Amino acid sequence: MEDQESQEIILNGIGGSPGICIGKAYLVDKEGVDVVKKYIVRESFLSAEVGRFKTAVKKARESLRQIIDNTPEELRQHAQILETHMLLFKDKMLYDRTIEVIEKERVNAEWALKKVVSLVKPMFENMTNDYLKQRAEDITHVADRIMENLVGGDHVNIARIDKRVILVARDLSPAETSQIQLERIKGFVTNRGGRASHTSIIARTLEIPAVLGVGNATLKINNDDIIIVDGGAGTVVVNPTEQTLLATEERRGQYEIHKALMVRNSYLPAETKNGQRISVMGNIELPEEVVSLLDHGGDGIGLYRTEFQYLSRPDFPSENSLFENYKDVIDVMGHRPVTIRTLDINGDKAVNYIRDNQEPNPALGLRAIRYCLRKPDIFQTQLRAILRAAAYGNVRILLPLISGIEEVEQAFEQIDEAAETLEKQGVVYKRDIPVGVMIEVPSAAVTADILAEKADFFSIGTNDLIQYTLAIDRGNRHVAHLHQPLHPAILRLIKGTCDAAKANGIPTYMCGEMAAEPIFAPILLGLGVNELSMNPQTIPVVKNAIRSIDTTGIDGFMEEMMRLTTPNAIQDLLAHQFGSVVPRIGLSEQER
Amino acid sequence: MQGEHHCPLPNLQPSGIKNDMKPAQTITLRIVNTLGLHARSAAQLAKVAGRAKGGVWIQKNGDRADATSLLDILTLACPQGTEITVSIDDEADLETLERMAELIRSGFGE
Repeated sequence: MEDQESQEIILNGIGGSPGICIGKAYLVDKEGVDVVKKYIVRESFLSAEVGRFKTAVKKARESLRQIIDNTPEELRQHAQILETHMLLFKDKMLYDRTIEVIEKERVNAEWALKKVVSLVKPMFENMTNDYLKQRAEDITHVADRIMENLVGGDHVNIARIDKRVILVARDLSPAETSQIQLERIKGFVTNRGGRASHTSIIARTLEIPAVLGVGNATLKINNDDIIIVDGGAGTVVVNPTEQTLLATEERRGQYEIHKALMVRNSYLPAETKNGQRISVMGNIELPEEVVSLLDHGGDGIGLYRTEFQYLSRPDFPSENSLFENYKDVIDVMGHRPVTIRTLDINGDKAVNYIRDNQEPNPALGLRAIRYCLRKPDIFQTQLRAILRAAAYGNVRILLPLISGIEEVEQAFEQIDEAAETLEKQGVVYKRDIPVGVMIEVPSAAVTADILAEKADFFSIGTNDLIQYTLAIDRGNRHVAHLHQPLHPAILRLIKGTCDAAKANGIPTYMCGEMAAEPIFAPILLGLGVNELSMNPQTIPVVKNAIRSIDTTGIDGFMEEMMRLTTPNAIQDLLAHQFGSVVPRIGLSEQER
Repeated sequence: MQGEHHCPLPNLQPSGIKNDMKPAQTITLRIVNTLGLHARSAAQLAKVAGRAKGGVWIQKNGDRADATSLLDILTLACPQGTEITVSIDDEADLETLERMAELIRSGFGE
């Protein structure tokens, strides 16, 4: 083949979300601020450049002051770290040194600031003391605020991207992903992350192709490069040749036709050939996703993640704003179930204003129900909002990260207290609603028989259950391949949970990624899971798969499977018995 | 600021004051609060030191930090029990020195 002006390169990663897109790359710097450009400033303009920097600092301080002032009194201790940030703006090591770099090196303020930050941050990052190590984060926060004001109008902030581009980043935090106007994004490519990472889940929910865990994407791809993202195959093509572009267009067309076919059948119930029925529900994060969920034939909401309302604002949301949010969703859903999971923050979803509780190991730290029980005022606000909204529809409460019965009992007490408060206030509410326990900590699965006496239902969160049971960080690409839903340990935990639920006459649901893989549907039916919940776009695929399964005699198959000792052997048996009925779009799209 | 960041700022020196190497006053103290010099306590020191006319310094094992810089103080990494020396360049800042010493002695009111 002749030489092209630019070489076509193929990068391999993990397919985070299916679909194919072609577009221009848009690089995002690590801290969510765009790549900073360096330019030389003429001597006569140097004092103006310094002035520009000072103005940016002033504006940044003013806006932070406003955030602090708007923080409610009872949350002031969370704002303490912001007071420290106020002081850092004018700290000599940042402020004076940046001015010095502008003047001495005659460079623009953005570059000078970036340079100073990259010198100061390692001083903290290299410290042995964990507390001081984490002060590097504070420097990043302060520098980002100044940077935002520096780049100002012509700067395209991650939150204000207005072209259809493919985002290329080292990693995207949940807070960053929540800032992006996703309708403007064609696709994602990230160096880090795996199939079950937050970015991947968001991308799938919004039907945006994504390839994650590429490793060196930000080095190999330049701004404005034409790239092809194939989220099914997990590949990224940089500077594609004309032939590649044509072939891709054709494959994209086929994919769209296939998808349309699936969606057309999505209104049919999920009923196996021999008449076993199961509910197929959707997971949502934004109220806007309800429309997509119904369009894809969802029977209800199996998991409504409520963190978004907390992530997208500078302070804690009020009871009324939460209530309005929940009610919006409930109004659209009508009589269909809406499962509201109570706040699951900290862990991998750190809310900006409670960042002062930096933990060395957030996944094992003060998060979810633990956080809520520790902060009853925050929990009460959410519970009151849920109970009020419950009066208008079919609401369930789901308690995340339960590890033992005491937490369930305390949470029930909190719910009762919220109901009592509402009763005293004479507000419309409904207390008599199912309250379920999320089974995602191994200890909860092991003691499911104890929890079943108190809980009204179980919902198995497979992502965390697998991560905690197998000790696999799902965002770490070096071990992401060990994230195996078919591991005998996982199947035993799920089976034990289902059995305990059945013995106590309560249903078991599943809302993790495992529910979204059509190939697993026979196992989940065999174990007696009553309801599957997944990102709305997968509902048609899973419904289709269920309709093609015959579960007659599945008990024998389950017995055989539970005796197998390795994930591979289980996978083989599954493929042998049910592989033919599962559409090819299922596990790996590269076969297509 | 010139050269390395530990140098005092020349323009902060009031005219007429000799910039001899010997600090005008020093006090040696031990950090008593459990958290040590963390962000909040260091911030209190930096605030007080910021009002001084001349340079204010904190020394630990021969390392010296500019007491008006919260970040610089933090880089000294002073847990509970650390012995530090606070010094001022200008005698006019004796009051600043005394107020800083008081903060440290009182454990920053923690």
